[in-house]
Amino acid sequence: MSPLRRRLLFGVPLAVAVAGGGGFYTILRRMQTDDYDPHALPSPLIGNRPPAFTLPGVGGAPGFASADLLAPPKPMLVNWFASWCAPCQEEAPMLQSLAGQGITIWGIAYEDQPANLAAYLQKYGNPYARIATDQSGLTAINWGVYGVPETYFIDKSGIVRLRYAGALTDEVVKTRLMPLFRQYS
Amino acid sequence: MIPELGHFCLAMAVAIACAQGVVGIAGPTLKDPRALAAAPVLTLLHFTAILLAFLALVWAGVVSDFTVENIADFSSSSTPLLYRITGIWGNHDGSILLWCLILSLCGTAVALGGRQLPASLRARVLGVLGLVSCGFLLFTLSVSNPFTRIWPPPLDGAGMNPILQDPGLAFHPPVLYTGYVGFSVAFAFAIAALIEGRIDAAWGRWVRPWALLSWCFLTAGITLGSWWSYYTLGWGGYWFWDPVENAALLPWLTGTALLHCSIVVEKRESLKAWTVLLAIATFSLSLSGTFLVRSGILNSVHSFAAAPDQGLFILVLLAITIGGSLLLFALRAPVLAGSGIYAPISRESALILNNIFLCAIAAVVFAGTLYPPFVDLLFGIQLSVGAPFFNQTVLPLAGPIILAMGVGPMLRWKRADLLPVLQRLWLAGAVAVLVFIILTATKHIIAALGLAGGAWVVCSALTDLAERTRLFRAPLGTALGRFFALPRAAIGATLGHIGFGVSVIGIAAMTLAVQKVVVLKPGQSTMLGGYAWTLRDIHDAPGPDYTQRVADVTVSDDGKAFMTLHPSRRFFTAQHVITSDAAIRTNGFQDIYVDFADEQDGGAELRLNRHPGAPEIWFGGLIMALGGVFSLSDRRLRVGAPFRKRLPGGAEA
Repeated sequence: MSPLRRRLLFGVPLAVAVAGGGGFYTILRRMQTDDYDPHALPSPLIGNRPPAFTLPGVGGAPGFASADLLAPPKPMLVNWFASWCAPCQEEAPMLQSLAGQGITIWGIAYEDQPANLAAYLQKYGNPYARIATDQSGLTAINWGVYGVPETYFIDKSGIVRLRYAGALTDEVVKTRLMPLFRQYS
Repeated sequence: MIPELGHFCLAMAVAIACAQGVVGIAGPTLKDPRALAAAPVLTLLHFTAILLAFLALVWAGVVSDFTVENIADFSSSSTPLLYRITGIWGNHDGSILLWCLILSLCGTAVALGGRQLPASLRARVLGVLGLVSCGFLLFTLSVSNPFTRIWPPPLDGAGMNPILQDPGLAFHPPVLYTGYVGFSVAFAFAIAALIEGRIDAAWGRWVRPWALLSWCFLTAGITLGSWWSYYTLGWGGYWFWDPVENAALLPWLTGTALLHCSIVVEKRESLKAWTVLLAIATFSLSLSGTFLVRSGILNSVHSFAAAPDQGLFILVLLAITIGGSLLLFALRAPVLAGSGIYAPISRESALILNNIFLCAIAAVVFAGTLYPPFVDLLFGIQLSVGAPFFNQTVLPLAGPIILAMGVGPMLRWKRADLLPVLQRLWLAGAVAVLVFIILTATKHIIAALGLAGGAWVVCSALTDLAERTRLFRAPLGTALGRFFALPRAAIGATLGHIGFGVSVIGIAAMTLAVQKVVVLKPGQSTMLGGYAWTLRDIHDAPGPDYTQRVADVTVSDDGKAFMTLHPSRRFFTAQHVITSDAAIRTNGFQDIYVDFADEQDGGAELRLNRHPGAPEIWFGGLIMALGGVFSLSDRRLRVGAPFRKRLPGGAEA
């Protein structure tokens, strides 16, 4: 290696640090001017259609693909869940009651075994009109799923309008979901 | 009055730390013997001043002096004494003071324990530590002062966050901080070496015990933290890839790499510049981890709310510390050339492989943690990176490390043959394959791979030990004799590897955990994981600053009840907060974990868990830390006791 290249190579860590520091400085400035909130846990999907995917179903039933979400007849929810996830079990009655009110919910089971999934749906009820399974978890990465359960509101043009991470509560349904259903119906 | 004294001591500490920095850095250059002698004395004074300040704050906490804002905000008159003390470091300002205290303690350890160091190197190391400390003390004093008074004082404090009222919190932060801050010594050695422009085997030997000590603390701290979140957060998770956890994991990864490559510097005088870079990187990551998390940039469940002006101050400090040291590295490190020559198959190469994979994992975790804020900044795209990403990127990289861990320690320095080593490891390999085949029956491929990997690491480390002691080949007595004659560092390394293997086994076994949420009325039972779980009773019980409802849950196997657990729901009256206190019973190989989530219509909503292997995750961490301690005891023998022995007649040797 030539001496110059060696010198340049040894400067790389400094360059990385300077770039990082510059970035953090800008973020801090923007936090002070209040047009940036790193705590909002926003979704990249809001205002967009979900990224392309085709996922199989469970127990012989068909799954669904991103194409099926392009133009739903009415606004709907996509709920990420898993049989191994405790908050999902807590959320199950809420989803049941939403489904009972005529809201369409499609589920994507995240890294789940078919047998466990079947037992889960048997036990906690199946509020989902359609279920797809993401066994590899790759679609979850594309969606930016932080953890299960996570719920996405999709309007009639297939655009994501809300992402909620965590189990849906009465409060969230009342103050955030229902206004969206009213707005986009 | 006492808080003012503490405040004054803090101000004194800034001045002393500054003097320590200037004297320590300038002294060796000026070749002034008075400066060389003054550096350790200033270090001791510096430590004393911070200790007094810290004790003043503890005093204010113990007597519940609510005129001090920090105490009024985070303590109350009904808080038990233990938590009045631990609450000091449970909040932002106090934890920074603890951080500074530990930093000055590290300096003191070098001043007292480093007497065999050349005076100029020691002065430079102390100087660097002094300057770093000075910066962070200034931060404490100016924007994060724990001694700020409020007037009028509230009648009672706001009380402590109930989740933090736990013995785990008493030990987790100090241990973790000692780990973080301990790497400042390795960092200071690296900077001193860059200033002197010389690194040799002796440098490697001096820096290694410090790196090892802080690594032990960091390992123990992360283990404690993970265990704490497991038993307090009430849903049985132990690692969430939260930015704060990643911030602790990053220095652990680079610190582990540093431990391994400093052996190469010590034994073979190679990889010098790389070792220096790792020392700088490890401390830089510790600093960024501790402070950036507090600046509010990273999204985290560990809520240390801090104002952006503090963030800016921190950023300037980090820029000076990290930027300055990397600039020095860019200017001075190119002249550091290694002298050792080695073949592609050798102990050196194995250690390099270890470094490559550890640093690759660190890079992935680093990128995943920082990607969201930076993409948002550059492209205005908002996204989040969570556990799915980390699991899928880190696990494949951990695989080669696990494989290489078995082989590496058995390779010889300079040039080795792979085949004979692999032949000696046939048993370990066979065990791993057997474990894998047996576990494929569970149809859980990750668990099977993980358990096989863990078994491979543990068995190969034991094989290495058996080979060294010639166990089963020589008579038992000879083997025992050889065992006790082994360098403790070798036993420590073996323990470290076994600990890692045990943790891997625990993590893999946890993927087989079974869980269910049920609502039971007293007298009702449910089945889970082959056991019958019965709710016997729900009743009230008193607590110091809370009232609680306790559920009695009996677990039975084949009709025989073998344990009763008492999970509870606690109502903290001062804060109007309800927490659930999970009941966990362990037999060393699996945890029975019951959480009392809610009470409705006379029934209890219980989360029942059977966690196979969970205790092994933390046992493994402790074994690793213990291995480090064992290895340290060897160093002391070889490097010489940290305190000089007094010769008869009182003269110092």
